[in-house]
Parts: sequence; C-alpha cells; structure tokens
Amino acid sequence: MTDTLVDIRNLNVRFNGARTVHAINDLTLTLRQGETMALLGESGSGKSVTLKTLLQLLPPKRSQIEGDIAVNGVDVLSLSGKKLQAYRGEEVSMVFQEPGLALDPVYTIGDQIAESVMRHKGIRKEDALSTALDMLRRVRIPSPERRLRNYPHELSGGMLQRVMIALALACRPKLLLADEPTTALDATVQIQILLLLRDLQREFGMGVIFVTHDIGVAVEVSERIAVMYAGQVVEEGTTREIIKDPRHPYTRGLLAANLHDAERGARLNAIPGAPPPLDTRPDGCSFAQRCPLAEPKCRASLPPVHHPDDRRRVACIHENAPVLAQ
Amino acid sequence: MAALDTQLVEDPVSEAGKGYWSGVGARLIRDPVTMICLGVVLLLILSAIFAPYLGLADPYKGSMVKRLAPIGTEGNILGTDEQGRDMLARLIYGGRLTLFIGLTPVVLAFFIGGTLGIVAGYAGGWVNTVIMRTVDVFFAFPSVLLAIAISGALGAGIVNSLVSLTIVFIPPITRVAEAVTSGVRALEYIDAARASGANTLTVIRVHVIGNVLSPIFVYATSLTSVCMILAAGLSFLGIGVRPPEPEWGLMLNTLRSAIYVNPWLSALPGVMIFITSLCLNLLSDGVRSAMNVRD
Amino acid sequence: MSETKTLPDTTPDKGGPAQPLLIVRDLVKYFPVRGGILGGKKAVVQAVDGVSFEVRKGETLGIVGESGCGKSTTARLLIGLLEKDKGEIIYDGQALGSRLSLRDLRRGVQMVFQDSYASLNPRLTIEASIAFGARVQGLSDPVGRARKLMDRVGLAPERFAQRYPHEVSGGQRQRINIARALAMSPRLVVLDEAVSALDKSVEAQVLNLLSDLRREFGLTYIFISHDLNVVRYISDRILVMYLGEVVEIAPVDQIWTSQAHPYTRSLFSAMPSMDPDNRTKEPPLAGDPPNPINPPSGCRFHTRCRFAESVCKARVPALKPLTAGSEHLAACHLHDLGSGHSKAGKEMLP
Repeated sequence: MTDTLVDIRNLNVRFNGARTVHAINDLTLTLRQGETMALLGESGSGKSVTLKTLLQLLPPKRSQIEGDIAVNGVDVLSLSGKKLQAYRGEEVSMVFQEPGLALDPVYTIGDQIAESVMRHKGIRKEDALSTALDMLRRVRIPSPERRLRNYPHELSGGMLQRVMIALALACRPKLLLADEPTTALDATVQIQILLLLRDLQREFGMGVIFVTHDIGVAVEVSERIAVMYAGQVVEEGTTREIIKDPRHPYTRGLLAANLHDAERGARLNAIPGAPPPLDTRPDGCSFAQRCPLAEPKCRASLPPVHHPDDRRRVACIHENAPVLAQ
Repeated sequence: MAALDTQLVEDPVSEAGKGYWSGVGARLIRDPVTMICLGVVLLLILSAIFAPYLGLADPYKGSMVKRLAPIGTEGNILGTDEQGRDMLARLIYGGRLTLFIGLTPVVLAFFIGGTLGIVAGYAGGWVNTVIMRTVDVFFAFPSVLLAIAISGALGAGIVNSLVSLTIVFIPPITRVAEAVTSGVRALEYIDAARASGANTLTVIRVHVIGNVLSPIFVYATSLTSVCMILAAGLSFLGIGVRPPEPEWGLMLNTLRSAIYVNPWLSALPGVMIFITSLCLNLLSDGVRSAMNVRD
Repeated sequence: MSETKTLPDTTPDKGGPAQPLLIVRDLVKYFPVRGGILGGKKAVVQAVDGVSFEVRKGETLGIVGESGCGKSTTARLLIGLLEKDKGEIIYDGQALGSRLSLRDLRRGVQMVFQDSYASLNPRLTIEASIAFGARVQGLSDPVGRARKLMDRVGLAPERFAQRYPHEVSGGQRQRINIARALAMSPRLVVLDEAVSALDKSVEAQVLNLLSDLRREFGLTYIFISHDLNVVRYISDRILVMYLGEVVEIAPVDQIWTSQAHPYTRSLFSAMPSMDPDNRTKEPPLAGDPPNPINPPSGCRFHTRCRFAESVCKARVPALKPLTAGSEHLAACHLHDLGSGHSKAGKEMLP
C-alpha cells in the first residue's frame, strides 16, 4: 500500500514513575496520504501522547514504547540522531496549543522560520528568508514584510498561531500534527485558524492528524474522526458517519454532551463518573463502568472490534444495537 | 432521584486521604542522604547540649607540657591545642556556641523577615514599596561585608554577633517571603476567601501562612550553614566570640600558627564547620523536595 | 432529600418578586498600565466601561464574549473583589456602599471560579474549605452545613471530608467549589467559566447539578462562559459584551434566532458547525479583537464591522430596546432610526 502515510500498529505506551500509567493500549491507526483525521477524546484519553510518540518526543527514560509506527514507510521508533532531526520538520511537524510557548522569544519571526528552513534544506539565509516571507503570505498574515522583523510578543494570539503554522509548513512536511491548536484562542479567531488549516491542507496536500476535545472543531477540519478513550480507539469512521451514525456508547455520550441540540433546561444525558486511572492495563472494556449498556461480559474481556465498513470500526459488543431512543 | 446521576459512580482516587505532613515524612524516610544528614546534625546538636555529661576533659584547662599533642595521643584522642587543652572537649563544647550563633540569627530573621515579607506580599501597593525598597538597600552590600561592618560598629561579643547576623539575614528572607506570598495572593482561593467576607487577618492566618511558611522555612534552613560560616568568620577575625571560649571559628584562628607544626590538628575545627554546613545544606535540599506535593 | 425552598439562613427577601435581585448601573473599571523606569502610568485598560444590566430573581443571566471583553472583571466587581471606579451595584433594592455593606453583599452573592485547583487552598481539607465561609460569617454549625452540602453535590462526606484538593479529580473539585459557594447561603451565584476547564462528559454532570440546585434552593445565577452552547442551555437571557461594553441583551430564544448586533451575529457564526455536509465556508470576522488599551472610538466594533459607516466611528451607540417595550436590547446604530446610518431600520443583510 503506497498511499498509506501513517501506519501505527499495536502501539503501547506506558509511563513509569511514582505511578505507572498505561497511556496507550494496543492502538492501531492508519492515515492515507493527504487525509485529515481528528483524534477526538477527553483529557487522559491518550490523544496527545499518540502525537508525541509519532515525533519521538516522549522522555525516553520514563516511557516504555512497544509496537510499530511507520510514517511514509520509515520506521519511526528506530530513528535517532541526525535521521530523527531530519524526520522532525521535513517529514513531520507539529503545531502546539500555546504558540507563545513554542516560539523563541529572543528571535524574530522571520529568523525562526528561516533558521528551520536553512537547517533542513541547506540553503542560504536570503533564500530562507524569502521562503519565510512566502509562508507568512500563505498563512494570510497582513503586511508580512513587516511581520518578518517582529518578535513573538509583538503579535496577538491568532497571529502567533498563524506564524506557528507557517513555521511547521515551511519545509513542506508530508504530515502535520496539530495538538489542540485553537483551544487557547477566542471563538472568532478559532474559526479563522480552522478554515486556514483546511485551506492549507488542500493547497499543500499533506496529511493532518488533528487532536481535539471539541467535536465541532473536528467536524470543521477533518474528513475522518477516531474517538479515543483510555488509550484506545473506540470508534473510527468518516466525520459524517461519526456525527450522523455514532455506534459506540461513548461517542453517543460525547455528542450529547456537546449540548449542540440539547433542549434548553432539560436534563442532560450525562455520562456518569470519570475516566479510569489506567494504572493497570485494561483487560475489559474501559468504558464499561460508565456505560449504560454494560453487561458482565463487557468487563470480562476486551471488546471485539467490528468493521461494519472497510475503514469503519467500533470496539463494542453492542455494535449492532440500534441508536437508542433517548 | 434527580440527584442520582450527579452522584459519582466510580471514585478515581483509590488512595485513602492522608495528611500532608505524613506524606512529607514518608518521603523523607525514603531518602537515605537526607536521613544520614539529619542523623549527623542531630548528633552534633545533642552532643553540644549534653557536653557536660559526656565525661570530657575540661575544655578550659590547659597544660604547658601537652601543647599541640598530635591526633591519637593517649588521653587526648584528638590531640591538644596550642595551650594544651583537649581538642575533643573543645570541639564538642565549641559546637554549643557555634551552633547557637549559627542558628539563632536565622530563627530570629525567619520570624522578622517572614512577617515583613508576608505583609509586603499580601498588602502590595505602597506598603510593599516601602518594605521592599528598604530591604533592597541591604542587598547593595555583600553579606560578609555587612556582617563585619555591623559587628565592627557594635563591638565584639556574642550578643553583638547575633544582632549583626540577624540583620544580615532579614533581607533575603523578606525577599523570598514577599515573592512567595504575592504568588499565593494571586491565586483564586484567596479571592474565594475574601469573597466569603473574611477579614484580612483571618485570610492571612488560614489561607496564606500555611501555604507560604514551608517555602520560607526551607529557604531559611539553607541559610543556617551560611550563617554558621559567617559566625565562625566573625570569631576568626576577632570581632565575635572572645577567647578563651571554645568556638570553631575562633579555634581555627588560634590554631592557625600551628599549621606547619601539626596541620591535621589545626584543620579539625574547619572539618567540623565543613561537615555541619554540608549536612545542613543537604538536609534543607531533602526537606525541600519532600515538601513538593505536585509531582 | 429535604425539600427546602431556600438554603438555611438565607437572607430574607426585601424588595418582593418584582424587584430585580441585582441592578448594575454604568459600572466602570479602568486598570492603569504601569511602565517605564519610574513606574508611572503609561496607559489605561478600559476593562469595564459603562456596563448596565439587571438580574431578575430566580433567572439565569448568561454573559458571553471573548477574552478582554470584561466579563470576568464584571464578575469580580459584582462580588467586591475589585473596587469599582464608578457606577452603582444595587442588590435587592439596596445600593452597595450606602445601605449595603460589602460584607452583607457577600452574604447574598457568591462566586465559583474557573480553575478548580487554584480556587481551593491545598492545605485545607475539603470539609474545612467548605466550612470556612460559614464560620467567618458566624453561621451555625459550619461543619454540619459543609457535610450536608458535600452530600448534596455528590461527594459522600464520609469518604471525602478529610481529603485534600489534590487527591480528587477536576470534576469533583468543581463540586467542592460549588458547595463552598452555597455554604454561605447566597441568593445569587456568579459562575465565572465554572465548567470551561472540565471535560465534556464531566461538564454535563456539573450542569445537571447546577440546574438541580437552582430549582431546589431558588437560586439566581450569572453564568459567564465563552461556550455559546452551554450558555444557551442554562440561561434565560444572554448578555453579550465586547471590549468592556454591553452590545446586546435578549432572551435566549430571541437572540438564538435573530441576533441584532453585528458582533453577536459574528460570534454566533463563529461557532463550529456540527454538520459535516454544511461546514463553515468563511470566517465571519478577520483578525483578533483589538486591545482594550485605547479601544476604537464611537462604536468599539466599527473597526471589524461590515456595516460600519462614519457615524459608527463618531458616536457611541446607546443600548436600546429594538422596539418599544421589547426585552431585546442592542447597542447599534443600525437599529436606531435617528442615528443617521444609511441602513438604519432596514432589515440587516445576512
């Protein structure tokens, strides 16, 4: 399969410290070239850890990683040194939630983008700066020539996130990882960034993995959605399938909790309880203790993964149950 | 019935609620370096307190015959000083004064500087400006110089050393207390407490002190070793304790002349100062990391 | 569960049901920005500038707006955590500062903060945190009151009373904060982004709890949030702020179907679509909100407004009912026939 961009197989990530945390448990995920996928989940679901593993950003001493990750045919987990540096930035790059923290306050915007281009492409400073200028234009920053010479603190939050995106895309990576890039932004700015990312994806044709806890954000940017819970993908499908025909009880609960079409003042069908602490590896369905449909066998063994469709899957014994009338 | 689904199905915290200090204690016990240092410091303090009951020789009684006996001499296991006085006795008795002069100023400065810092940090505004700018004046001088200057002006003697060292340590403790307090002051639980109608003193007593005391305390313990060295330094210079009182700094000074005759012997007070300050430093580091909850 | 109409020891009602519980008139708060070597005043942040509104007894007023619009500053002014520069705060017919002391205001108005961790003293047990306010106000049996409220917000006192804030989850901490606010038996609770930091599934639980408590104890809420879906769900009326000013106030159903102010309209269109077949095509606004230091003249939204004309730059629009007697108020020259705006009174283009 040459059109597979990301191929994660049976990934397990465990953190050892004062407390052991099984952050990712047997995660399998594929992304095709030029596809945009949202990893949807709540805090502690393992969505950010998945992104960090893809870039080998986890602290090596405290984390134990098993499984295979291939990006564009490259075995990511075996990379180190120069090859890893080249992989980060050229093949894959990342946009963070807080651009103010991800950019260096003592260099100008232009210098930071140019430095990255020079390092990866080995070109002269003047050429790198013109690439930087071009990138600022592409992320639609007004008066980009002037902005090149600005320092990060001189820009507003929305502008900084645009700069961060320009920096991430300057070396034309094949895969862009976005870790909640709009969560810290105001509503009217968030939608601008989402639409910008959507346009840039079309323009550059890279694959995008977009981590978010907000279903609305996922709908705006992605073609596919993988819903994560307790370090596993519980449901995956196209955005349309997930929104219009959610099968997993957790996905349904999340959709209801979005309040998008909740009746005003009516009782919400809240998912009770809180996510499991993950200090042991789950040996049953992790969602069973909060699930309205749970049966004894849900707790007894891992749920089967159904594939109602070629690229659609649901990890639940109730896969065929009709949508509950609520 | 309505409350059913607001009731929590599963409580994600499995460990039973334990007190904060028992957690700190448990972490301290698991840290061998800190425990060893604690042992050494306790040993020094106890031996200093109970020195008269340890069956030691008289630390003031010299002998012209036994002057500068080397380490290992029978009857004087650590030798004798330039006046023939027993070194072991003088080192242990010396610990009394040295530790007293080393710890007291820090304790005094902890209360005075802590109060000033908490007031400055909580009140803010002009109160803060007045206190902190005054404190800043003292930072213009190196602490050693300041201690010597004040001691020199007041004259030699134990009380004057205590006063000058206390003055030296008030500014840094005030500064730390102010920084910690203004950090806590900005947190929302202070706002919540104010919003409940509590007066300023109650808010400080219940919500501020408990949260700022341990960082200030840890900082103060790290100053004890500096204070001890400074105290010894003052005595060494002759503006602290006066002879014939046994005190490590003073002993170091008087044995200076014997350095070519019996170098090991003359180094002994220095070794004591070194061990004590090292243990105090490591101890305060250990306490600091044990007190850090959020990891 | 005991079916009390109010929390124990609630201050008695004074003005009757028609008297709004809270009236805010022309509230102003500026913050000086200090800078330079001597720390002199460099500029002024006009955080809240002439805000007026009412909160009726038993209703929930939602306040929405983006960062820097002054919604949190307003909340802090209401409970006296910040001192107002100008304006009036009238609680149940009594003006703060003349007939009402700050201490009495705080018996009636309490607040729940966004950061559930920072708003709890890490050194106090949960029980002690909840009981603290009741104790300083001299209410009877603070501990018993705390334990009852813990039970009511879904935290079994026998398991949680002696725990510390870092030992419980974020959702549980926010329940503690709610209980702490209720321990003072307030009539008005200001919820400043109280559910924003929670995960969606936990957020729904806390919203259910808030609805139950309101019904059970006859509470009045001011609910501040940036999440329009949440505000719509919980509020009776919505107030929209932009750069320190109120631009629109209306009952939820009216504002949800037709937004009068162009900013409100943009804010609503900026909500992510939930329909994959009908995604947002174009952002409703370009750029970030301007800095509240030196805000634009006239209507503060004119720099980003599609309908802006010279009158918008020149004159500040007043907050007025759309039609006489209407509950729907907006501050926009488009809705003021005498404003001189060329499109005034005409149907606003979509």
